[in-house]
Amino acid sequence: MEVGGSKLEVTAAQALVQALEQENIPIVFGYPGGSTLPVYDVLASSAIKHVLVRHEQGAVFAANGYARATGRVGVCIATSGPGATNLVTGIADAYMDSVPLVIFTGQVPTTQVGTDAFQEVDITGITVPITKHNYLVKDHRKLLQTIKNAFYIAATGRPGPVLIDLPQDILKNKISFRYPKNISLQSYKPVLEGHFGKINEAARLINKSRRPVIYAGGGILISQACEELKQLAEIISAPVTNTFRGLSCIPGEHPLFLGMLGLHGTRYANLAVTECDLLIALGVRFDDRVTGKVASFAPEAKIIHVDIDPAEIGKNVRIQVPIVGDVKVVLQALLPLLKKTDRAAWLQRIEELKKLYPLFYHQENVLKPQFVLEELCRLTDGEAVIATDVGQHQMWTAQYYRFKKPGAIISSGGLGAMGFGLPAAIGAQLGLPGEKVILVTGDGSFQMTMSELATMVEQKLPLKIFILNNQTLGMVRQLQEFYYDKRYFGVNFEFIPDFVVLAKAYGIPGYNIRTPDKLTEQLPEILNAPGPVLVNCLIDPLENVLPMALNGQNF
Amino acid sequence: MYHTLTVLVANSPGVLYRVVGLFSRRGFNIESLAVGQTENENVSRMTIVVEGDALVLEQVTKQLRKLIDVIKVSDITAEEFVARELVLAKVTANPAQRGEIMQIADIFRARIVDLGRRTLTLECTGDEAKIKAFEESLRPYGIKELVRTGKIALLRGSKYAGVNNIKEEAL
Ligand SMILES: Cc1ncc(C[n+]2csc(CCOP(=O)(O)OP(=O)(O)O)c2C)c(N)n1
Ligand SMILES: [Mg+2]
Repeated sequence: MEVGGSKLEVTAAQALVQALEQENIPIVFGYPGGSTLPVYDVLASSAIKHVLVRHEQGAVFAANGYARATGRVGVCIATSGPGATNLVTGIADAYMDSVPLVIFTGQVPTTQVGTDAFQEVDITGITVPITKHNYLVKDHRKLLQTIKNAFYIAATGRPGPVLIDLPQDILKNKISFRYPKNISLQSYKPVLEGHFGKINEAARLINKSRRPVIYAGGGILISQACEELKQLAEIISAPVTNTFRGLSCIPGEHPLFLGMLGLHGTRYANLAVTECDLLIALGVRFDDRVTGKVASFAPEAKIIHVDIDPAEIGKNVRIQVPIVGDVKVVLQALLPLLKKTDRAAWLQRIEELKKLYPLFYHQENVLKPQFVLEELCRLTDGEAVIATDVGQHQMWTAQYYRFKKPGAIISSGGLGAMGFGLPAAIGAQLGLPGEKVILVTGDGSFQMTMSELATMVEQKLPLKIFILNNQTLGMVRQLQEFYYDKRYFGVNFEFIPDFVVLAKAYGIPGYNIRTPDKLTEQLPEILNAPGPVLVNCLIDPLENVLPMALNGQNF
Repeated sequence: MYHTLTVLVANSPGVLYRVVGLFSRRGFNIESLAVGQTENENVSRMTIVVEGDALVLEQVTKQLRKLIDVIKVSDITAEEFVARELVLAKVTANPAQRGEIMQIADIFRARIVDLGRRTLTLECTGDEAKIKAFEESLRPYGIKELVRTGKIALLRGSKYAGVNNIKEEAL
């Protein structure tokens, strides 16, 4: 800032907030404490919205939900010590699912770092394995370049969380505000363009393959390659299966869509992978929940693997054609090399598999969770944004909600962190104020972060919350049923709060729904309500997520 | 099989922790590790000897390259390189044995760097085989203390990864 020829000095805290403005950050999620007060003092008069959560885990999950929903960098801030440690689960989640976050933590003054001072923790040490990078700012003159680099690192290449630890005295020091235009990173240069020779080789393999399957993951959503993916599938007549993280990158109703693969994937998706002669893996990482025993995964197939992270290629599975690059850029180079092909016999076989092994459940008089999801899908025309928690309800969402909009599923995949749902839904709704955001949660998960109901009300967010209440930690109960001879222990709650009364305490209308008829009858009104609604769906407590591929066996 | 990696890293706080943490977290075995500043004070060079097959090595190098502070990773195992290790050994040496030990030192072109009443401390540099032989020859006298630096290595010839122009701001 130049005033009358001389540079205006500001505090580093002021510079930090101005840097966020320069990065076009409209919103930060946070919880204050002594060490971050210099920043809060400045935030108060900034145009940046600060969302006060009820627990720091809520802040980082909300930033995470915001980032997933909008594709932009999510920002959160917490104080030193316990504030910082409360972020850890949310940071790990962002790391596993490649979500861009910039996280600010307060730290004790530089003079006290390393002395076990009050509320000192080594948060950069703690988060080394779960951040893409992190910084402890020891020199206020380096703050702005650090922030510039952090946003760049978080958002580019394979996105991920970057943490900046801010000793309190640093924040009070004066600097002249000059936000750097350029990043300064010696060796960090993500490769976007794929190797041309490899792309040609991929095209040759695709053109001569008879039974190709496309295995598409979160990378497609991150690089916004949904249109290219659809074109690829349609040109070469290849069915598409999704990882959990990749769901919504192709419309759920698309005739070439196979649903999710892996542990709780559709039988026909897994069989198609087993029978295929070419697996086209796009923006995926061959996670163990997908492959099961690696030796019998896609046993007849050659594999083409496109990913922006070179370390993912060849990590778990041998790859015939590795292509490092941004999947959108690579697909744009690949598409013109492909022959339009019908592959009628293969598609006929796929249809046969779909008919032989459909997803199914038995509709009874009790409320079935799958039916709840089908009804939600029908009444929102597959166009809602669905946030979920972790457990059976999450898998039923993956199986039965047919997403139309890319990125419309907001869910903790790689980490599988219960408690993600409500705060992430809050972040998503704040990022997408015009969209209908629905939270599908479980009675267990919801109780982990339901304190954020207050945040939701405070922010006037019209979330529609559906608790698929089986009065149990259903997913774990299911594991005990299958693998521990039904010796149920530590999974059935003896006390569950009355969620409808709880909703009332927050001034939110709540409903208990026990039967399919009631659901169908009440759902339109609930979904069209202008404000938030909590729906406690009392579902069949013994319902399982099926299919479930058994341990070690190939599905 | 053992591989020798040379890793150029930003000389930033925590960089050693990031590298070592990566090895332990992912179950890679470090046989030896030597770190020191390079010709550029902002850059350090690590020489890491790691055990593993080709697949493991591929993962090690790829994961290392993902660290923002890592500037360059080269597996020089298959190339011509000079490798040295320094060892200091304190051995029991009664006045009567000193002559013999000094002869051994001569053979290995080691040096006596300290003399105690009953001990001699020797310094020796060399490649792995030489250091091993040196140690074996001293063993009969009784090695009281021994310390090794771990291997350091540079490519032979005029090939080099220059870091002179890397500025502090870029790291
Ligand atoms: C933070 C955390 N703790 C424990 C688990 C292990 N876990 C996975 S699913 C699950 C049960 C979830 O119960 P609920 O939210 O009621 O969902 P349901 O499976 O019943 O649909 C548990 C305990 C986890 N994923 N995350
Ligand atoms: Mg439950």
